[in-house]
Amino acid sequence: MTNWGFHIAKSRIIDMDTADLGVYRKVAAKVPSAKLCLMCGACTASCTARNHTPFNLRKNHLLFRHGQFKGLAKEFDKCMLCGKCRLVCPRGVNTRALIYNMRMALDNLNYTRIKK
Amino acid sequence: MTAVDVLVIGGGPAGLESAYSLANNGYDVAVLEKEKNICGHLNQAHSLFPNFQNASEVRSAMIDKMTHPKISIHNDTEAIRIKRDIDKWGVETGSGKEFMAPALLLATGFKSFDPKYKEELGYGIYDNVITTTQFEAMCQKGSIVSPHGQKVKRIAFLNCVGSRDEKVGNHYCSRVCCINAVKQSIEAKKVLPEADIYCFYMDIRMAGQFYEELYRKSQEVYNVNYIRGRISEVSPTIDKRLHVKCEDTLSQTPMKITFDILVLMTGIEASLGTVALGQQLNISGEYNFAKSLSLHMADNYSSHKGLFLAGTCKRPLTLPEAVADARSAAGEIKNYLKTLKQ
Amino acid sequence: MTKTYWKTYQSAVADNHYYYERSCIRQSFFPGSENIFLKITRELLNKDIIDDKHLHTCTGIGYYSGVVPIETTMTVVARLFALMTEAGYKNFVPSCVTSFGLLNEMVDMWQHFPEKLNQTKKFLKDATGRTFEMPDNIAHPSDIIYKNREILKAKMKYQLVNCKTNEPLQVVDHVGCHYSKIFPKIVEGGAEFPQVLSGMIKSWGGRNVDYPERRHCCGFGFRQYLVMANRGYSVANTKKKFESMKPYKPDFILANCPGCAMFMDRWQYTIAEMEDITYDDDKRGIPVLTYEELVGLLLGYNPWDLGLQVHQVQVEPLLEKIGIPFDSSDKYRGKNNEVIGSPNKPLNLRVK
Repeated sequence: MTNWGFHIAKSRIIDMDTADLGVYRKVAAKVPSAKLCLMCGACTASCTARNHTPFNLRKNHLLFRHGQFKGLAKEFDKCMLCGKCRLVCPRGVNTRALIYNMRMALDNLNYTRIKK
Repeated sequence: MTAVDVLVIGGGPAGLESAYSLANNGYDVAVLEKEKNICGHLNQAHSLFPNFQNASEVRSAMIDKMTHPKISIHNDTEAIRIKRDIDKWGVETGSGKEFMAPALLLATGFKSFDPKYKEELGYGIYDNVITTTQFEAMCQKGSIVSPHGQKVKRIAFLNCVGSRDEKVGNHYCSRVCCINAVKQSIEAKKVLPEADIYCFYMDIRMAGQFYEELYRKSQEVYNVNYIRGRISEVSPTIDKRLHVKCEDTLSQTPMKITFDILVLMTGIEASLGTVALGQQLNISGEYNFAKSLSLHMADNYSSHKGLFLAGTCKRPLTLPEAVADARSAAGEIKNYLKTLKQ
Repeated sequence: MTKTYWKTYQSAVADNHYYYERSCIRQSFFPGSENIFLKITRELLNKDIIDDKHLHTCTGIGYYSGVVPIETTMTVVARLFALMTEAGYKNFVPSCVTSFGLLNEMVDMWQHFPEKLNQTKKFLKDATGRTFEMPDNIAHPSDIIYKNREILKAKMKYQLVNCKTNEPLQVVDHVGCHYSKIFPKIVEGGAEFPQVLSGMIKSWGGRNVDYPERRHCCGFGFRQYLVMANRGYSVANTKKKFESMKPYKPDFILANCPGCAMFMDRWQYTIAEMEDITYDDDKRGIPVLTYEELVGLLLGYNPWDLGLQVHQVQVEPLLEKIGIPFDSSDKYRGKNNEVIGSPNKPLNLRVK
């Protein structure tokens, strides 16, 4: 193969036709309140980890919904499951259970965690 | 020449409700309807938000009220020219009939935005891009099908088509489309429980009683997906489905997704009758809706004595709002006619 | 029935007496295209068109790459109009889509900001002593061919039909962004449904491919390509288009913009050499033609006189499909019939 000093950029688009949307369905079956998320960001605003890291529960939950798992396992490991987010959620989403179940789902998909 | 106490232009829900209320108060009312049938846009509805009441029940009740002996309905009768004589309003119609009354009520209503103007959405080019009205007709039949015969696996609803869009000259919100999309999403799931439903929105506006609850139910019970982002382009796939592009603004990432049917939630615009008569009477306001004398204090009055306004000829309204406004207009007309007798 | 709005967008093309502005890059990328357009316009359409030897750049590529200041661009454009005025013409016909967009943009700017027009007049006068008149009409040559497509069809020897199967050829059309997206209402069909190339394809017997990424940029993107570090983005956009059109098995791609034709042709070589991917079944790539080359071919001109041998994706399989005869031994002969040497063979892309 020829190398001309540049690489063909990869697409940044979320392709919903090839994304695995079934993983989220399984998580939502275990944590039905997850479906109620309004994406208001109160969880992220109240998050201790977010205070010092890029961890963003709202956004990462959304990416998980859309089957965009790359990098998420490392993100969810930043959560300390303190539960502050659950107190502020206006739709009563069980955020702790949601994060825990998303972590387990990613483990099953063999996505790399920080400690491995 | 037909002489009555009140002339109502427009036989939609607002015009009919006003007519009934006035007739109950002993006034002779003539309703001029340009179409073959009365009830206006309600004829195209299958069920009504937010409680899924069958639209035909509401239609039957309206039609029943029109058997009142003091009401005369004139179908296929379009008001063309309006004349003001000293204490009378005269109306000439397209069919050559003439009417006269001391009070005139404009209830000429709205029309749906023509989505062909939004070229990037492909309406009129790709058969499976349809309007909310066409989707309602599918729900009525109880069969949601792709024009190309494929099994319908994914349906998209796109809000704000012709609303909140400077490109088409409509800066305003049409108010009913968000909740209507929620209602239609649920209707879609009732017919096709296996299908994936996506609603595309810029803001979800649920400012009505039970609206937010229905939105919540659509997520919780019906698994409807909401994507915050406006569809920017629709194109065909090789199997004649629809390739849709948007940004998932909440994850700040562009998105592409293929649909079997795309439903455009077309906004509310002043009807052709509202525009024409509003201009003739010099009461056209913003976006050619008819302008009331005072929004907070005299919303059924116009700047002309004896000319009243009701319903969506003034602005986008839901059905209960339009009907309530019609009753209010009837009350104002009654007061006006009393003052004339004194 | 409601109105179909895109059908109301029409290009205005003057009937005759054109001032032709050659493109900077087309003469080396597609060396036969401009000459055949001039020849056809003069000899077959019987129009007066001048090919002025005093021409120069419009600065378009530099301007859209953000390296030429707008005042410079306006003055250079004014000089082009001055040359047109001096030659006694009023209808400007820029060969290049970038020029077409740029000229329309400058004229529009002058209409909205007359002080800029006065400033430009002063700059031009100070620098060159020239004055200029605004053109009555700016039309792209593809619009001229489009408007005359039926007249040309009557003189054509070949059609866009596979001569073996009698099936219409599957043709991808690609119009330049600066042709239709800056001022969509002055081109036939606007930006969403541009008719200029698809109209030619339909008229001449082919079938237009409406594929998902039809309106996506060709990938040129000016500085995206010109800066080497950005080239990966440029080629990625072109790749996206190819992936999207591949299932339709297009016989060729038709373009009206120098950059589009160039990049859709050459990036196929790049992608093949870097990733060993091609978008046809035969590892030969999808041929890309300019609209002038297409007209020339269908009218029966020698493919090698049209400059088709300098294309990266070779056109012989396409010529065979249409049934156009060609002499392979003529392919690399120069003006005086001498052999000018043939190019090196690519690693992965198959050539004849």
